[in-house]
Order: sequence, then C-alpha cells, then structure tokens
Amino acid sequence: MSLWVDKHRPTSLNKLDYHKDQASRLKMLVQSGDFPHLLVYGPSGSGKKTRIMCLLRELYGSGVEKLRIEQNSFTTPSNKKIEISTISSNYHIEVNPSDAGNSDRVVIQELIKTVAQVNQLETSTQKEFKVVVLTEVDRLTKDAQHALRRTMEKYMATCRLILCCNSTSKVIPAIHSRCLGIRVAAPTIEEISQILQSTCKKEGLNLPLELAKKIAVKSNRNLRRALLMCEACRVQQYPFSPDQEVAEPDWELYLKETAGMIVQQQSPKRLLEVRARLYELLTHCIPPDVIMKGLLQELITNCDGQLKTEVVQNAAFFEHRLQLGQKAIYHLEAFVAKFMAIYKRFFEEGIADLF
Amino acid sequence: MQAFLKTGSSKLSTSKEKVTPSSSSSSKESKDKRKHVPWVEKYRPRCVDDVAYQDEVVAVLKKSLEGSDLPNLLFYGSPGTGKTSTILAAARELFGHEMYKTRILELNASDERGISVVREKVKTFAQQSASGIRPDGKPCPPFKIIILDEADSMTGDAQSALRRTMEKESKTTRFCLICNYVSRIIEPIASRCAKFRFKPLAEDVLKKRLRYICGKEEITCEEEAFTALLDTSEGDLRKAITHLQSASRFKGEETITKDDIYDIAGVVPAEVIDQIIKVCHSDSYEKLDKTIMEQIFNGHSGMQLINQIHDKIVVSDELGDKQKSIICDKLAIVDKYLMDGADEYLQIMALCTTIMQQICHADK
Ligand SMILES: Nc1ncnc2c1ncn2[C@@H]1O[C@H](COP(=O)(O)OP(=O)(O)O)[C@@H](O)[C@H]1O
Ligand SMILES: [Mg+2]
Repeated sequence: MSLWVDKHRPTSLNKLDYHKDQASRLKMLVQSGDFPHLLVYGPSGSGKKTRIMCLLRELYGSGVEKLRIEQNSFTTPSNKKIEISTISSNYHIEVNPSDAGNSDRVVIQELIKTVAQVNQLETSTQKEFKVVVLTEVDRLTKDAQHALRRTMEKYMATCRLILCCNSTSKVIPAIHSRCLGIRVAAPTIEEISQILQSTCKKEGLNLPLELAKKIAVKSNRNLRRALLMCEACRVQQYPFSPDQEVAEPDWELYLKETAGMIVQQQSPKRLLEVRARLYELLTHCIPPDVIMKGLLQELITNCDGQLKTEVVQNAAFFEHRLQLGQKAIYHLEAFVAKFMAIYKRFFEEGIADLF
Repeated sequence: MQAFLKTGSSKLSTSKEKVTPSSSSSSKESKDKRKHVPWVEKYRPRCVDDVAYQDEVVAVLKKSLEGSDLPNLLFYGSPGTGKTSTILAAARELFGHEMYKTRILELNASDERGISVVREKVKTFAQQSASGIRPDGKPCPPFKIIILDEADSMTGDAQSALRRTMEKESKTTRFCLICNYVSRIIEPIASRCAKFRFKPLAEDVLKKRLRYICGKEEITCEEEAFTALLDTSEGDLRKAITHLQSASRFKGEETITKDDIYDIAGVVPAEVIDQIIKVCHSDSYEKLDKTIMEQIFNGHSGMQLINQIHDKIVVSDELGDKQKSIICDKLAIVDKYLMDGADEYLQIMALCTTIMQQICHADK
C-alpha cells in the first residue's frame, strides 16, 4: 500500500492541479520535441519533482515511469571510490550529486560524459537526447558548478539537464544564464485545500472544507506535508469532523516548548537545559536552519517592536555562521544566549524606567 | 544506471549495421537535428569577423590569420561577451577542420586540470612538433594552441606548473587563457600574455544581434521586449539569446512581449517590490514578516529580490544619504551572506527590518 502522496501524484501535464498556465507553457515547450536545459526552483513541497516527471512523460511517453534504483561507483583522480545511488529509466537518470560530498564534481562530470557519449539512435521513436536530472543543485560545491558550465554547452547535442533546487541564490550566475528558469511557487492555502478534498474523494472519503483549510494552514503551504497530515488525520479518525485535531509533528511541539523555556527564564542554568534540548533535536536530524527559524518565530511573539528587529538581525547573523561553521550546536546556542541577553536587558531597562 | 547506459550502447552497436546502407536518410535526420540546436550555439560566430564589438582582439587575431606570429593570449571579461567564441573561431580559421584536432587542445573547468594533468597532458601536447605546412601543401602557422577556458577555477599550483610549460615550449605552442576575473590568474602567467578585456556588449550591438536572430528564426517580438532583454542581460549576449529562445519556445507562433521576457528572466514583478517597500513604512514587524514569507513561498530568488530592492532604495527621494548608506551597508552584508549559503528568509528579513528602522526611526 502506498502513501497518498505517491498514489495520487499526477502523471501528466494536463492533470496538474495548480499553476495550470505554467503547465500548458511547459507542454508548449516540449511540443517541438526538444527543450533547453532547465533550472526548476521553488520552496520544498511545491511540486517541482512532480512537474519534472510530467514533463518527461510528455516527452518520452510512459516508458519514463519504469524506474530502476541502482548503485554506481565512481573513482576520483586521487583513487577514492565513491558510491552513489541513481534512479533511472531508459530515457533519463536522476541523481543527487550532493550525496557525493566534496567529490560531486567528479560524479557529475563522469555521469554526464557517459550519458552524452551513448547515443540514442532510433530517432524515429525517440529523442536524440537523454535527460539528466540533478537534484539539490543549490548544495553543489562551487567547483562542481563551475565544471558544469562548459559541459552544459558541449554535450547539448545528446543530453539535456534539468536542475532542481530550492534557492537559486546559491546557483552561480553562469549556470543560471545557460538554463531556462522555471519558478514553481508553493500552492496557496485554497489550492491545497482543494487538492486535499479531491484526493479524499478519490479515496472515497468526505473531507469537510474547514478541516482541509486547517490542514493547509498547518502544512505551511507544503503540499507533500499537507497530504501526509491529511492521511494521518484519516488514520486518527473517520468520519472526519470539521474541528478535528490536526496533529503537528512531535519535534515542532518540542521546539515550541524549548522556545517557551527561553522566554521564561534567562540564566546560565537554563541555557544549559536548552542546549540539551537543541542537541536532542539535532540528533533527530532536524536541520539546524529549521530549528533556528522555528525558535525565532516563537521568540519574536514575546518581543516588542524594536526588540523584534534586533532579534531577527541576530538570527540572520548566527544562521549565516552556522552555514559556514562545522558544529551547528555552537551557533544555535550562541543565538539563544544572545537572545537571553537582549531580552533580559530590555526587561531590566523597562523596570528601571518605572522608578 | 547500468541498464540506462546499456540500452543506449546496444542501440549503438545495432546502428552500426544500419547506418551504412541508409546514408540517404541520415542527411534528412541531420536536418531535423539542426532544428534542435540551441541558438547560442547556432549563432556562435563562425569566423573572427563575426565577433561583434571586440575590435582590439579581432585586429590582433586577423593579423595572425595573415601569417604573423601570435602571442600568448589572456582573455578576460564578464560572461557572454564572446571570449570562448573568439578563440574557437580563430582556431578554426587558422587550422581548418582537419588539423583542428592535432593542433588545438581545449581544456575547461569540466576537465580534470589538477597539477598532474597540467604536467602530463598539457606537456605532452605541447612537446609534439608542429610543421608550417598543411597535409595539402598549403602553409599554416607553425604552432599549436592550448586553450584553457575558465582558467580562474584552476588552482595556484596548477597555474605555477603551467607557467613552466609555457616558458619551455614557447617555440611551438601558444596558450590562450580565458577567465572572468584577471585577478585570479597568477602574475607570472598574466605578465607573459597579451591581455584583452572583453567589454560587456553595448546595447545597440546586443539589439542588432537579437534582431538578426529574430529575423532568421522568423519570430515576432514587440519593441519593448527588446528593451526587456537588454534590461535583464547586463551585456551578456548568451543570456539575452537564451531568454529569447526560451520565450519563443513558450509562445510558439505568438508575439513575444516584455512580460514574457521578465518572467523568464526571473524578475520579480515591480508591484511586489513596491509592496515590500510600502510595508517597510508600516513599522509593523508582523506585516513585514507576512509579506516576505509570501515572496519566499512564491519562490522568488533572494538574490533577485535584494537586487531589485537595492535599485529602488538608491534612487529613493524620501531617504537621506546617511539612511541610504546604512541600508546599503546592510545590503552588502546580506549579499555576501546569501552567497555563503545563508537562509533567504532570515537574510531578507534582516535587510528589510533595517530599511524599516531607517524609514520609521531614523533619528533615534
Ligand atoms: N562579441 C560577440 N559577437 C557575437 N556573438 C557573441 C559575442 N559575444 C557573445 N556572443 C554570443 O553569445 C554566446 C556565448 O558567447 P561565448 O563566447 O561563449 O561567451 P564567453 O565570453 O562567456 O566565453 C555565443 O554563442 C554567441 O552567440
Ligand atoms: Mg566561455
């Protein structure tokens, strides 16, 4: 039994539920049987991958849905072996090059060169090119990105790239200028609610609009998350009721509690307790920037106007250091300590003003 | 992947049998293929004369086409100004199609170019002799050319190794280094080359080229779309051509409008930027938060947002010089942090709260 997210994933451009204009443009794009390199970007859960698969299907037919998962090994010039898994059909291959860490450049180059050199010759039924889908390109090293530049031009005859990422700020301009950028905005609350309702209908269930909206809001406009939450609600209780509780993930509650503790008391002892909790979150693989933003969101609600500015500036400062640094915990803790100091000072000044 | 590659290679082997008898159909096929060539490749200058706007370097290269010697070359300048095209065109003209392979070694950032490769591959190639006569008896330059494209991504060590080869093989080999920033090339190499800066193409040059392509491809473009193309390409012809081709792919037969171009270029609509500036006047963190969040959900690039906010702030009438300088200082930090991979939401909030502060509480 597969999850609703997978089971009801649209498979053709015609069936995409939102950004229909874009879908029809994409259809136009591949109608000539060809397309340029693409850079598909947008927040997570906005449906980039689904759109890409629909595009490939439009191009190659249902053959692209016969997927294989395989392990591949590459050897770097310094004779290091790298294992990496790929998903592929006869027409395309998908890889997350950041899995290869610092050797990502070697992996991409090898992969594209091999793919590009193997021609497809039954041109009557097939295209002259294959497609290489690279995910999370915003996590590629600069080295690998630079290496992509000329490769993209050189192997254009036999190979198209579809690059996929959340944030184009981290993609070097040289790559950007070689691609057609396709922005996939997150679906709106209304769009998500509608999709939830129609999905439930397909499952033979009746989802009240009120509950659908509630889930959509809680999902943070992330469709994948919304569908998962909706399915969880179904397990919890059916028939649905409009005021049914929508469970948040445990770690979110835990993070909120942690923020509460910070506001409650500002002391070295409390900082130590908070540190232990942050560790707990990190060991459960919650990304540090998500923790930082989650904390900020909660802490801010306890601050006054001017203080808010100061706090958000600090969050931005420490999150940047976190990206460059090695140990996330240092920077998260530094942010918490800084917040405690600012907050405490603010209150003490406030009290002093009273007298 | 194995299977993915296998299907391809098996076709490769069967095709060998097929191709020979049906050579007549292959010409038709190649015509079809030509349709799919990206315009940047299709309209790459074929000869040195086709290179627009870079007169200095063209003059030097033309002299060498007439038989005089060629210095080592260092091309630098922003992307899409014709650096790669120029040297490729010159090489083709110098050596013709047949000798190209034996006389030209092209290495770019996608090739392995560590110190060992420079020592071996480049050296071996450089050491091969080069005669001044073509196989067909015509004269040709008595040297080879090694093109190191995107040379700014080579390590300092590799560059040092290169320098030695450059000195040693100066009789038979010319080097052409290409980069965006000349400062990334070590001084001993830079000083051994004739340096040419490739200027960002002037607007009328860009426009002429774009019009030419429109004519050839039989597509129609409203006049303002050209302005939009110039506006978004910053003198980068590759970018302008790519945008044009993308737009025509999206539109089919329809006329291309300026909105199509802005959309493809990822430009944030002007109303959105205006709205952000407007909420910065509200002195409400919550309103700002909501607006920025909305734009993050819309997937607009953080870099693009701050660039466009910058353009508004700089010309703003209501902000004083001091306020502008404080904002621009923050903007520079945010730009750097984003390049380092910091979170877009947090960075844009940091910038916009600074703007809000300066608009609403500047005197404090
Ligand atoms: N000076 C120029 N004259 C004519 N076409 C140019 C010129 N500069 C760039 N182009 C066009 O832009 C494309 C990219 O140019 P390229 O030489 O690869 O730029 P780069 O300077 O980044 O190496 C070419 O295919 C060509 O169509
Ligand atoms: Mg180039």
